[in-house]
Amino acid sequence: MTTRIVELRRGILKKNDELAAELRNRYAAAGVLVLNLVSSPGTGKTAFLERTLRDLNTRGARVAALVGDLETDNDARRLAASGAPVRQINTHGICHLDAEMISKHLEYWEGVALGGLDYLFIENVGNLVCPSSYDLGEAIRVVLLSVTEGEDKPLKYPSMFNSADAAVITKMDLAGPCGFDRETALRNINEIRRGIRIFETSSKTGAGMEEWLAYLEEKRKGQG
Amino acid sequence: MHELSIVSSIVDTVTESLAAYPGARVKEVRLRVGALASVVRESLEFCYGIAAQGTALEGSLLVVHVLPVVMHCEPCGADVELEGVQSFRCPRCGQPCSDLRQGRELEIEAIEIEEADEVKR
Repeated sequence: MTTRIVELRRGILKKNDELAAELRNRYAAAGVLVLNLVSSPGTGKTAFLERTLRDLNTRGARVAALVGDLETDNDARRLAASGAPVRQINTHGICHLDAEMISKHLEYWEGVALGGLDYLFIENVGNLVCPSSYDLGEAIRVVLLSVTEGEDKPLKYPSMFNSADAAVITKMDLAGPCGFDRETALRNINEIRRGIRIFETSSKTGAGMEEWLAYLEEKRKGQG
Repeated sequence: MHELSIVSSIVDTVTESLAAYPGARVKEVRLRVGALASVVRESLEFCYGIAAQGTALEGSLLVVHVLPVVMHCEPCGADVELEGVQSFRCPRCGQPCSDLRQGRELEIEAIEIEEADEVKR
């Protein structure tokens, strides 16, 4: 028997990264702005997305959403009320979405073509750990944090916050009753990801939505 | 929590690379894992034993080399190593850094194998 060391230098998520790069090219060619929404369970991703889809629809933008959950199509049904095409991805136990799931669901999405969209939102599985490793080809990764969660979330989950392009603070209408320390939250986000755009929103009252929608429009135009 | 899918992917990749070495057994798999890669060493090791069962990797050792986060600090004009992942500031000048140079790696660096002796008449 001979012992030998074989250098491999292979990325473990190489397949995902390659597929994500392909998707990124397809999105760019179609002129659609793709956003990946990540947060813990219960932050209010779905409520925020409901509001975003409705508001964009009202402005005449062509929007669609893919929504990931372990089980049930509850979120897809909620989001579909906005009038936008929505498709549920059930991961059946898997804690994140990956590029292959996105690719497959795009392929078999009847009546929806990337070229006919201005925005595609991907609501990831509620989890602040695993989705950070999986590139979905998105142009913008949005991390959400609610005022009920604690201002130190960015410090507890630095890997996710450091990989984000924008941060959304949700449930601002509850900031008072929750004793939310805004300054500390903003400082913590900046400590992990300097200079990131931060939106302070309430899906209930609509606070902060104007600024968020303006950001989306600016990014979409910038992409073209 | 996605460590099992990570190790399954390791087993697949290593198995593919063994095609060039028929009959070889794997003794060791060496990984490079960045401090921001969102995987836990202990969990990888635990799952590895399960995923390796019944493959040429069974009984082999998984060696995880954790890489610290390295950022490029503009004011210092240098790459600096962070002590932890709680603050993305240059340890020398205290300025915040956003240019990540190392810390998200998740790769198989090398494998140590035992080759089967060539059977010759």
